Amino acid sequence: MSTYEQIPGDTDHGASDEGGNERSIICLRCPRGCEISTTLDGYGGIVEIFGNVCKLGRDYVEAEIADPRRILPTSVRVRGGERPLVPVWTPKPIPKGRLLDLARATRGIELEAPVAVGQVVIENWEDLGVDLVTSGAVRRV
Amino acid sequence: MTCDTSYDVIVIGGGPAGLAAALSARAEGNVRVLLIERNDSLGGILPQCIHNGFGAVIFGNDLPGPEYAYRYQEQVEAADIDVMLDTMVMDLTPERDLYAMNATHGYLHFRPRSIILAMGCRERTRAQIRLPGSRCAGVYTAGTVQRLVNIEGYMPGRRFLILGSGDIGMIMARRLTIEGAEVVGVLELLPFLTGLRRNFVQCLQDYDIPLHLSTTVSNIIGGQRLEAVETVRVDEELQPIPGSTKRIECDSLLLSVGLIPENELSLKAGVHLDSRTGGPLVDSTMATNVPGIYAAGNVTSIYDLVDYVSKAGEVAGRHAARYAGAAGTARGGDAVEATVAMRPGQNVGTVIPQQVRIDTTGREEVTLMLRPNALIERKVSVEVWDGDRPIISFRENYSRPAEMMVHTLRAKQMQALAEANERELTVVIQ
Repeated sequence: MSTYEQIPGDTDHGASDEGGNERSIICLRCPRGCEISTTLDGYGGIVEIFGNVCKLGRDYVEAEIADPRRILPTSVRVRGGERPLVPVWTPKPIPKGRLLDLARATRGIELEAPVAVGQVVIENWEDLGVDLVTSGAVRRV
Repeated sequence: MTCDTSYDVIVIGGGPAGLAAALSARAEGNVRVLLIERNDSLGGILPQCIHNGFGAVIFGNDLPGPEYAYRYQEQVEAADIDVMLDTMVMDLTPERDLYAMNATHGYLHFRPRSIILAMGCRERTRAQIRLPGSRCAGVYTAGTVQRLVNIEGYMPGRRFLILGSGDIGMIMARRLTIEGAEVVGVLELLPFLTGLRRNFVQCLQDYDIPLHLSTTVSNIIGGQRLEAVETVRVDEELQPIPGSTKRIECDSLLLSVGLIPENELSLKAGVHLDSRTGGPLVDSTMATNVPGIYAAGNVTSIYDLVDYVSKAGEVAGRHAARYAGAAGTARGGDAVEATVAMRPGQNVGTVIPQQVRIDTTGREEVTLMLRPNALIERKVSVEVWDGDRPIISFRENYSRPAEMMVHTLRAKQMQALAEANERELTVVIQ
C-alpha cells in the first residue's frame, strides 16, 4: 500500500548533493493549506523558501523549522461529578515533540467536582510558559 | 391530554443550530420559546468534540467544542427560554401539532405558532456502506468512540484501524493516540483526502499515522471480537484491484464514512427534502415548504464549520419568531416576496438555501453555502446563470469538496437576482 501519494506533505527528502535538505510543509495559518517547499542547510537554517508563499506562510515555515508547536486537547479525570471526565487544552501551543509527554503527565490528574470552564489544571508546564486549562464544566453530584 | 398552545416558537434539538435559533427567536421580541432536547444536557455533539477549531467566525477565537457550546448554554440559561431535557419528540404534523414524551411529564402535546427543526445528523453505519465479513464486536462509528473516550472515559480497544479520511476520522486517530492506543492507519476509498488539510497535518503527520488512499476494507475477520481487517486497493473506477489485499491485525475498526441529516420528523410534518442534501428544502429565511416550520444546521445539509450552523440557526430563529407574530416582532416583514431557486450546476454538489427570497431593501443579509463536488487546485469562478447568461460571478481561490464556499450576496448581486428572467437559476464553478 502506498501512503501520502497524492497529498503534499511534510516529507523529508533526505540529504541532497549539497548536504542540505528539501522539505515541503503544509501551512496551517489559514484553511487554504498551501504546500510550501524549502531548502535547508542541514544545520537548522533555511536556504530558500519557494512556491507561492504569502507573508504568513513564510512566518509559518520559519517557525515550523525552528520550533514547531501545536495545541494539545485532551481530558482529565473528575471525582464526585456528573461526568467522569472534563476536557482540557493548552490555549497556547506547546513544542510538537512534547505533546505526548504532556498527555502522559495528565493521566495522574484527578480534579474534584465541581469544575468550571477555564480552570487552570497545570500552570506553566515544565517552564514552557503554557498552561493546561479546562474547556468544559462538570457539576457536582 | 390538553394541548399546550402557549408557546410561540418550539425548537427541536439543543445542539449548535437549536441553541442559536432559540436565542435569536427570544431576542426578536416578547416571544415564548421552548427548546426540546432528547439528551440530558445541551450542546449536541459539541461536548464530545474536545479538540479546538471552533468559533473563529462567531467569537473570533479558536475554541474547543465544549467551550463553544458552553458560551451558548450560558446565554440560553440567562435568557427567558424554557428548556426540556431528556425529552423525545415523537410526532409532528403539518398543522404544527407536536407530540413529545419524557419521564417527568409523560406524553405531551404542543401547538406552537412556529417550529424550528434542529435535529442535526447521524453517522453513516457499517450496514449503509455494506461492509462484508464477520459481525464481531469492535466495529464502531467514529462518533461512538469519541463519546466513549471523551465523555464516558472508556477506551474500547487497543489497536485501531480507521476507514474514512474525513475530519472526524483524523481527529479520532490523534485522540486515540494521545490516550495511549495504537492507530495503525487511516484508509480512504477515494484518491484524495476528504477532510481538511490542516487535520491531515495536525492529526496524522504529527503522530506518524499513515494514510492509505484508494484503499478500502474488503473483509472483517473475527469471532466474538475483531481480530483483523482485510484491505484492498481500488482503481480509478473504485473497483478492487485483484492481488492487492492485505491483512491488518487490529481489535477495533472505526468508521468515519459520512453523516446523514436526521429528518424522520420533517417527513412526518410534510416537509419536502432535497435529494442532494438529504435535508429540507429551505429558503433564505430557513423556512421549509410547510408554513411556520423552519430548519437549520446539519438537519438541512452537512456543514464543515459549526460557526455557520450557529449562523443558520440565528436566521431560522429570527424568522420563526416573526412568523409567530408575537408582540414586539416585525410581523409582516416576512410577507412572501418573489423567490428564485438556486440549482446546483457544474462542479456544485449542493446549495443552501435552495431558494432566495428577493429583498432589495438591504435589511436581510443572504449567505449562500456551496458544497463543491470537484477538486480544483487553482482560482475558480463561481457563477449564477439566468438562462444562458451569468448574472453573478465571484472568485474563489480553489474548489475542494471538503470545504464549503461561503458567499454573502452584495446589494448589487441581490438586485441582479431580482431582475432575473428565470425563476430557476443555476450555480456553477468553472
